[in-house]
Amino acid sequence: MVTGGVTKFAKAHPAMDFRLMVKKAYDAALSEIPNLTKERIDGSRISYFSDHFTRQLKAASMVQDYLGLNPKGSVRIEWGGATGGECFQAAYEAVASGRMDVCLSAGFETMSRVQTWKGNEFIALASDTNYDFPLGGFYTGYYALMVMRHIQEYLRKTRFAHVKDEREAQRLAIAEGSRIMALVSVKNHLNALHNPYAQYPKQLSVDDVLNSEMISYPLTREQICTMSDGAAVAVLCTGERAREFTDTPVEVIGVGTGTDTMRLADRPFGTVPLMPNERASDYANLDYPGVHSFRAGRAAGLEAYKMAGITDPKRELDFIELHDAYASSEIQTYEDLGLCRYGEGYSFTESGAPFLKGMKYPFKTPKAGEIPVNPSGGLIACGHPVGATGLMQGVFAFWQLQGTIATHFQDPTLQIPNAKRGAIHSHAGTGSAVTVSILQRGF
Amino acid sequence: MARPKPKVYAKFRDVQEEILRTGAAIFKDGNGVESLIIDSPYSIRYIHSYAEDSAFFLGLAEGKLLGSKCTGCGFVYATPRGHCMECGEPTKWLELPTTGRVHSWTTCQFGSEAFLKETPYNLCLVEFDGAGSLLLARLKDCTQDEIWVGMPVQAKFEPKAKYSITDVWFVPKK
Repeated sequence: MVTGGVTKFAKAHPAMDFRLMVKKAYDAALSEIPNLTKERIDGSRISYFSDHFTRQLKAASMVQDYLGLNPKGSVRIEWGGATGGECFQAAYEAVASGRMDVCLSAGFETMSRVQTWKGNEFIALASDTNYDFPLGGFYTGYYALMVMRHIQEYLRKTRFAHVKDEREAQRLAIAEGSRIMALVSVKNHLNALHNPYAQYPKQLSVDDVLNSEMISYPLTREQICTMSDGAAVAVLCTGERAREFTDTPVEVIGVGTGTDTMRLADRPFGTVPLMPNERASDYANLDYPGVHSFRAGRAAGLEAYKMAGITDPKRELDFIELHDAYASSEIQTYEDLGLCRYGEGYSFTESGAPFLKGMKYPFKTPKAGEIPVNPSGGLIACGHPVGATGLMQGVFAFWQLQGTIATHFQDPTLQIPNAKRGAIHSHAGTGSAVTVSILQRGF
Repeated sequence: MARPKPKVYAKFRDVQEEILRTGAAIFKDGNGVESLIIDSPYSIRYIHSYAEDSAFFLGLAEGKLLGSKCTGCGFVYATPRGHCMECGEPTKWLELPTTGRVHSWTTCQFGSEAFLKETPYNLCLVEFDGAGSLLLARLKDCTQDEIWVGMPVQAKFEPKAKYSITDVWFVPKK
C-alpha cells in the first residue's frame, strides 16, 4: 500500500453524491504521491454494500467513470458489512496474482438517502428473509441475542457461579457485561476526539453509555455504530512500483477470510479451531461457536496470522483496527482474534490492554498500550458507511505504520509510537463473513 | 410558468420533512453550498416462493412445527433446510416438539421501519430436545424482567395463518 484517503464520515453529505465522495478521497490519496498519476493505475476494485441505499445499480461503474479510469478493468465488491475489507483484499489479489501492478481500491456508502429505520430495514435484508427478517428485521436485535449468550457462557458461569438463584445470577451477569461493554464505548468515543475524520467523537462516562437510550436489551445507543455517508480509497501495488512512488510504503503480509451460516439458529455447537498458543483442553466444556462467538473471525484470523507468520498476535501486533459495529462484538472479537482466550474478553477489557497509553480514560487501565484496539475510534465513533469502512481502517492503519498520524489528524495523540505491524478486521452480518489483513511497515 | 425555487433549509431534518410535504427542498450546508433534494419513493411487490421450505410454512398453518432430519448423518435441524450442511445429503421433514427452552433472548425497543409499530417485542432463540440447531422466534406474554436463559417455552400458532415465520411464536410454558 502506497497511499490512501478518506472523506470525513458524516450523518449526511447532501452536497456530495457517491461519485464525488470517492473522487475527494481519491484526489487526497493521489495528491500525496507526485508521480502516481491516473495513467499509472492499472485498474480498480470498487465496493459498496447495498444497491438499496444508492437506488442505482452498477454504481461502481459510475465511480470508475467519474474518476476517468475507463476502459481499465474494474469489478464491484460486496460482502455485507465486510465489503470494505473484502475490497482491500480484492485489490491485494489483483496485484499479488500479477494481473495488475497498481490497483485502486475504493469504497463508499450513502446511507443518508433514506430514514434511519428504513436503513435498518435495508441492512436487515442481509438476514434470511424467510426465517429471520419477518420477526423484526433488526440487526441490533441479532447482536443482542449473541451477546446475551456470550454473557451467559462467560460471566454467568464464572463471576456469578456462586449465585444460587439462576435468574438473579443472570441479571447480575447482564449488568456486569453491560458495564464492561460501556468501557469499550467510552474508549472508542474518547480516542475519536483526536481524529478529525470521526463522526461522533465525544467524552462519555460509563454511566452516560449505560443510561443512553435502550435499543435492544442490553445494547444501548452509545454501544452501537450509526449510519453514515463516506468514502475511502487505498492504492496497492507491487513492491517494485511501491519504491518508485514512496519511501514509506506499507506491506500487506497476511490476508484471511472466514464465513459462517447466515442464520444464527444454524450455528454449530462444535470445537474451537485453535490458535498456536491455545490447547484443546482450554475449551473442554465449550460448545463452539454457538451464537456467542464469531467462527468466521477466528478462521480469518488464523489464515492471516499463518500467512504473516504470527503465532502470538497480542505480542506481535502493535494495534488493531477492529470492526466494532457493537461494543459487544469488539469484546467477542478480542477472543476470536486470539488477543485473549475465549471467555477472557471481559477481563481483558478491564485490564486496559486494548486501550491507548497516555489517554485519560475515566477509569483505571493498568495494561494500557499492550495492544491498542481501535485507536482511531472504530466504527462506533468514526461511523460506518459500509462499503468504505474496511478501507477507512486500511487508511488509518497505513498512517499509523507510516508514522504520519500527526500530519493527517493534525494531532499526534493517536500515533502509536514506533508502530511496525497492525491488523485490520472487517465483519459482515452477525459474523457470516469476516476479513483480516495484516499490514507491516515496509521501510 | 416557472416553478418557484424550493424552500432552503440549513437542517437536514427540515429538508426531510419538507420533501414529504412538497416533493422538493434545498439543503444549504455550512459552506453555503446548495443541493436540490427531492422525494423519491420506491415500492415493489415480489412473487416470493418458499420453494424447498414450503412445507414448513404450510405446517405452521396446521399448528405443526416442522424441522428437518438428514437422511445421511441423522442431524436434526430445528430451522429446516433441504440439504444437510454437514454431509450434503437431502433431509426429510420431521415434527418438532412444541415445547423448548430459551437459548438466548433480547427485547427490542426499535426495529426496522416495517416493525416499529410492534415495539417493544422480544426475540428468542429456542432449543428443542432432539434437535441440534435452534429456531428464532418472537417471545410473547412476558416482559424483559421475566425472561431468562433456560426458561421453558411453549409454541403458539396463528389461527389465521399468513404463511410467515410470525405464524409461530412462543410463550412461557405454564
